[in-house]
Amino acid sequence: MSEKEHKVSRRQFLTYTLMGVGGFMVAGAISPMVRFALDPALQAGGETEFVSVATVDDLTDEPQRFDFQLEIEDAWYTSEQSRTAWIYKDGNDIVALSPVCTHLGCTVNWEGSEDHPNQFYCPCHFGRFEKSGQNVAQTPPTRPLDLYEIEVRDGVVYLGSIIQRRSV
Amino acid sequence: MLQKIYDWVDERLDITPMWRDIADHEVPEHVNPAHHFSAFVYCFGGLTFFVTVIQILSGMFLTMYYVPDIIHAYESVYFLQNEVTHGVIVRGMHHWGASLVIVMMFLHTLRVFFTGSYKKPRELNWVVGVLIFFVMLGLGFTGYLLPWDMKAYFATVVGLEIAEAAPVVGGFARVLLAGGEIIGAQTLTRFFAIHVFFLPGALLGLLGAHFYMIRKQGISGPL
Ligand code: HEM
Ligand code: FES
Repeated sequence: MSEKEHKVSRRQFLTYTLMGVGGFMVAGAISPMVRFALDPALQAGGETEFVSVATVDDLTDEPQRFDFQLEIEDAWYTSEQSRTAWIYKDGNDIVALSPVCTHLGCTVNWEGSEDHPNQFYCPCHFGRFEKSGQNVAQTPPTRPLDLYEIEVRDGVVYLGSIIQRRSV
Repeated sequence: MLQKIYDWVDERLDITPMWRDIADHEVPEHVNPAHHFSAFVYCFGGLTFFVTVIQILSGMFLTMYYVPDIIHAYESVYFLQNEVTHGVIVRGMHHWGASLVIVMMFLHTLRVFFTGSYKKPRELNWVVGVLIFFVMLGLGFTGYLLPWDMKAYFATVVGLEIAEAAPVVGGFARVLLAGGEIIGAQTLTRFFAIHVFFLPGALLGLLGAHFYMIRKQGISGPL
């Protein structure tokens, strides 16, 4: 029988099987490594523990700055890192805002600029936020300041994970 | 699609002769296991190279998590093995591959020896092969310290004792290798640098020379 009578020639058959087996072997060697490298990007973000930050008695209607320590687990390294919240009473509610500007991540201050009383002010590109954290139109930030999850037990304020709010 | 891309590049750069020159050869009958099964011994060189490629790849990926620091090295290896998905596989490839590469290299050397392939005109390639052998041992020796556990530490203590036992230059060699009097922080960073930059660089150069000579001289004839 000559090669021409076959739909698949011997050469083609060998090419396909060798490429198939070779491809399988290469994929078998490479895929664990690729998954290994991708792992950090595929990890679900962990829940943060609640930590005590202030007592309810400390709070007023005016946002006040509270610093607190958070245990951060960074792969094989665990450390205490400092975090900040701006906390105030809003009637019976308590509001705790993250100081991280929603434009490009600088740190905002309550009444950080004399020209803008009753607002949070970001020095980097003059971003501003209302007391509620709502971003002021015509300034760079595009969404409100993030909130902290709040729990109040026995008159103590505990803060947990960050809650992002959508732009309105 | 692939064919089209290939044709497009080939039309402009004429790449066909380049890869043909590298890849397109007759496999002589006496090295083809399809003709004589015993010819599989001619595969050991290629298998050594295959394992070396695995070592280089898995090693590159390991360095994404590994840190060469005495405080954190052990923790980082523990983390990459137990917390990172497939870490145990990637470290396993590098760990077992390190031994397998020595086994393959040894079998390859035996083949070259018993087929007499080291004789004229291939003496230089035997010399290069021996240098590759030393570089591989160096990679094994320096890599073994990196996990920074008891086994790693004491293996290096002994290894450096051996270096020190060399006449005249022994003391100097030991201090140079350890990066000081103590086997510690500087030894680990030094071994890491040698393991992932210096020796792989030397290895690639030597392999290039090895393969160039094979290409130039052809495979040795039948017995
Ligand atoms: C080609 C030959 C190579 C050999 C024979 C070799 C050998 C070794 C050995 C024996 C270990 C200790 C493994 C253990 O105890 O589990 C090791 C660890 C290591 N090697 Fe290599 N290696 C090679 C190439 C490379 C390359 C090219 C890199 C990086 C570019 C690399 C990066 C590492 C790292 C980061 C470790 C520490 C992680 C661990 O211990 O699992 N290796 N190597
Ligand atoms: S980072 Fe705050 S305004 Fe740009």
